[in-house]
Amino acid sequence: MIRLEEPRKFRPLVNQAHQVAAEIFRPISRKYDRAEHAYPKELDMLAALLDGLNAGNSQAGAGVGGVSRSADGDAEGVRNGSNMNIVLAFTELCWGDVGLALSLPRQGLGNAAIVAVANEEQKQRFAGCWAGMAITEPGAGSDSAAIKTTATRDGDDYVINGEKIYITAGGRCDHVVVWASLDLKVGRPAIKSFVVPKGTPGMDLVRLDHKMGIRASDTATIRFSDCRVPAANLLGSPEIDTSKGFGGVMQTFDNTRPLVAAMAVGVSRAALERSRELLAEAGIETGYSTDRWRQTAAAAELTALEAEWEAARLLTLRAAWMADNGQPNSLQASMAKAKAGRIGTRITLRCAELCGALGYGEDELLEKWARDSKILDIFEGTQQIQLLIVARRVLGLTSSQLK
Amino acid sequence: MDERKRDIQGVGLSLLNRFAGSEVVDKLGLRKPAEKALYQASKASFGAASMARRRFKSVSQRLRPERMERAGDGGDLFDLTPSDEQAMMQEAARRFAEEVLRPAAHDAEAHAEPSKDVWSAAHELGLAMMAVPEALGGAGAERSAVTSGLVAEQLGWGDPGQACALLAPVGVAHALACWGDAAQQDRYLRAFAEDTPPDAALALLEPAAAFDAAHPGCRAERQGNNWIVTGEKALVPLGPFADLLIVGADCEGLGPRLLLVETRDERVLQTPEPGMGLRAASLGRVQLHGVVLGDDAVLGDADSYAQAIDLARLAWCSLAVGCAQAVLDLVGPYVTERQAFGEPIAYRQGVAFTVADMAIEVDAMRLMTWRALARHDAGLEFHREAVLAHRYCAEHAMQLGSDGVQMLGGHGFVTEYPVERWYRDLRALGIMEGGLLA
Repeated sequence: MIRLEEPRKFRPLVNQAHQVAAEIFRPISRKYDRAEHAYPKELDMLAALLDGLNAGNSQAGAGVGGVSRSADGDAEGVRNGSNMNIVLAFTELCWGDVGLALSLPRQGLGNAAIVAVANEEQKQRFAGCWAGMAITEPGAGSDSAAIKTTATRDGDDYVINGEKIYITAGGRCDHVVVWASLDLKVGRPAIKSFVVPKGTPGMDLVRLDHKMGIRASDTATIRFSDCRVPAANLLGSPEIDTSKGFGGVMQTFDNTRPLVAAMAVGVSRAALERSRELLAEAGIETGYSTDRWRQTAAAAELTALEAEWEAARLLTLRAAWMADNGQPNSLQASMAKAKAGRIGTRITLRCAELCGALGYGEDELLEKWARDSKILDIFEGTQQIQLLIVARRVLGLTSSQLK
Repeated sequence: MDERKRDIQGVGLSLLNRFAGSEVVDKLGLRKPAEKALYQASKASFGAASMARRRFKSVSQRLRPERMERAGDGGDLFDLTPSDEQAMMQEAARRFAEEVLRPAAHDAEAHAEPSKDVWSAAHELGLAMMAVPEALGGAGAERSAVTSGLVAEQLGWGDPGQACALLAPVGVAHALACWGDAAQQDRYLRAFAEDTPPDAALALLEPAAAFDAAHPGCRAERQGNNWIVTGEKALVPLGPFADLLIVGADCEGLGPRLLLVETRDERVLQTPEPGMGLRAASLGRVQLHGVVLGDDAVLGDADSYAQAIDLARLAWCSLAVGCAQAVLDLVGPYVTERQAFGEPIAYRQGVAFTVADMAIEVDAMRLMTWRALARHDAGLEFHREAVLAHRYCAEHAMQLGSDGVQMLGGHGFVTEYPVERWYRDLRALGIMEGGLLA
């Protein structure tokens, strides 16, 4: 039966996430924006708290470990499960601070990849680790099939060589999931992902980037020079199956894209709410008037932005709902990411404008949110990559037809 | 004009046959209402054409109005699955849209009204019957704005102009079922379950720039026990010949209210008011020159008036979602077939990304509209959601119509394809108030 409300059963967890965002993230938000690369030690305590939450709630974890696929037919009827749960939780956390949410120990995007494609033995072995995700290289961003990092089989090991950039939490995590090619000549089907523990000889942290936003989150460059990992650390099948193409490694994205969309929904809600408060302080009434033409321009603009926000939120919930119900959602995940990514920047930038000097100066967090939001339209697939995916699916075109 | 509805023969019967043959009809206990519609259809006579407006008669003296239970929300879960009954209605409406509305769209626009065959086929579909409670001779069991929206979406996919004409009386029936007192229901609502339901529409919009539906210019002044109503309503579906209107007016001492106006009153002047699009809806201007009404003409209260604005907007949103989907369904195959520079134009990102955006926005429009409608059915406050859905759909429906024509280039601008008509129809969003009601 059609109902687009957040399920009440998730309220306790959503509320907990909100308390964390309001009481832990917001008070230190500006501090770690200024102190880029300083480790937010407040998060250790929080991670312990989250672990406790996850342990006490096996059905619905609070972290990225929740983004697994429901098996078909494991329950009667419609499900609202861990995908929706985590989308709701991350919306709240990013309402607090995107950078800090990305720095939660043991909640890296690599963890999501492990959950999505690892076998049971690997899931157990890597349980409790903090895994970053290493895909991008200096010469290959959106075109992830063009990566040059190689993994060469040598006995019971793979030997990895190459340089990876833009690894979120790459300095702080204890493991990295690395994309590398088994055979550069084969292209996409030869690309596999490997879990590499920090401290493995041949793996070097080269530098941490200075960024426009999400400064509380570290972004690392890591070089692999004859870095040797056990063959058992390869995620998925070691075979190069040319019929399957990119499917294996790419399926992580179906689960993580709604998550990034949720982050954009969270940060833009923060901007909308604060703008409403500041406009009220300036004597400008906002609300849901049936008459948009006689409202102030600021009030009408805020309503228009909120409508865009609501659209992104519902597209995101739909993608998560489909994942929870075992429905293929690549198209809907990309729709959510495309919409939320672009409205995230549009809303936060426009709110900065609506609030004038208060929106631009550092007394408020509005200017920070406008900087933080931009990455959400870039990582885990840029706006343009999402549109390519949506267009190919809608028009029934291949990647060689629609390039 | 009455004649077109009295001819019950024609394409409609074949549609009903398919409807009757569907297993879902039995499963959901809808056989009886469907057969009843058939019975009523078959006994219809061919009356003489008459320009006279309908006379409404009060048939019984019930003490309490009939109210249908709201459909509810089925529990706690976020869910996008229509109920079995909704799916059945959706399917029947889809077939009607595909087999009746689409082929008739061009002619209906030219003649500024749906053909009599389309009217009778729509009657057999039982749209109005579903809006009338069983105790008043209808087939309605529960009140679901979601179901109304799903049906409007499908009809909008077929042809928004004809859909608007066909759904306008249904909206009036919904309003009477929700807010009418016993006498109002006896006098008017029963008529919507008859084999010749009245032409009726909700008239809220007025001919003024930056019109605000919450503050109508139409005035009802108190004179003894009567209301004297003066004002003008614009772009009213079926406006030139409607028998019954629900008019929004500012009642002295009360504020905005819905008023039931029978148009056979000589102080009601009805004239055609064709617009950019929706021409099949027989849009009309209605002038009220001191129409005298009793208190029994006041429908509902202040809250009913406010809800009518929101439910009307959501009906328009649903129509627009369907029409926008129609644009996308036409544009997709077109751009993958149309060649330029030696390959399909869909291979170019400039084209493909536009189509991707269209697909995203159609889905977003649908989700926004569904959420507001479902909140209504669940008995939750839905004004905020209705305002946001309406704002969103007005903006993106317009853009979708424009992109649709753009993707077809010159072919989109000529009437060979329906996209130019959809472009004109979709601009109605954000302008229309009233007219329909989900």
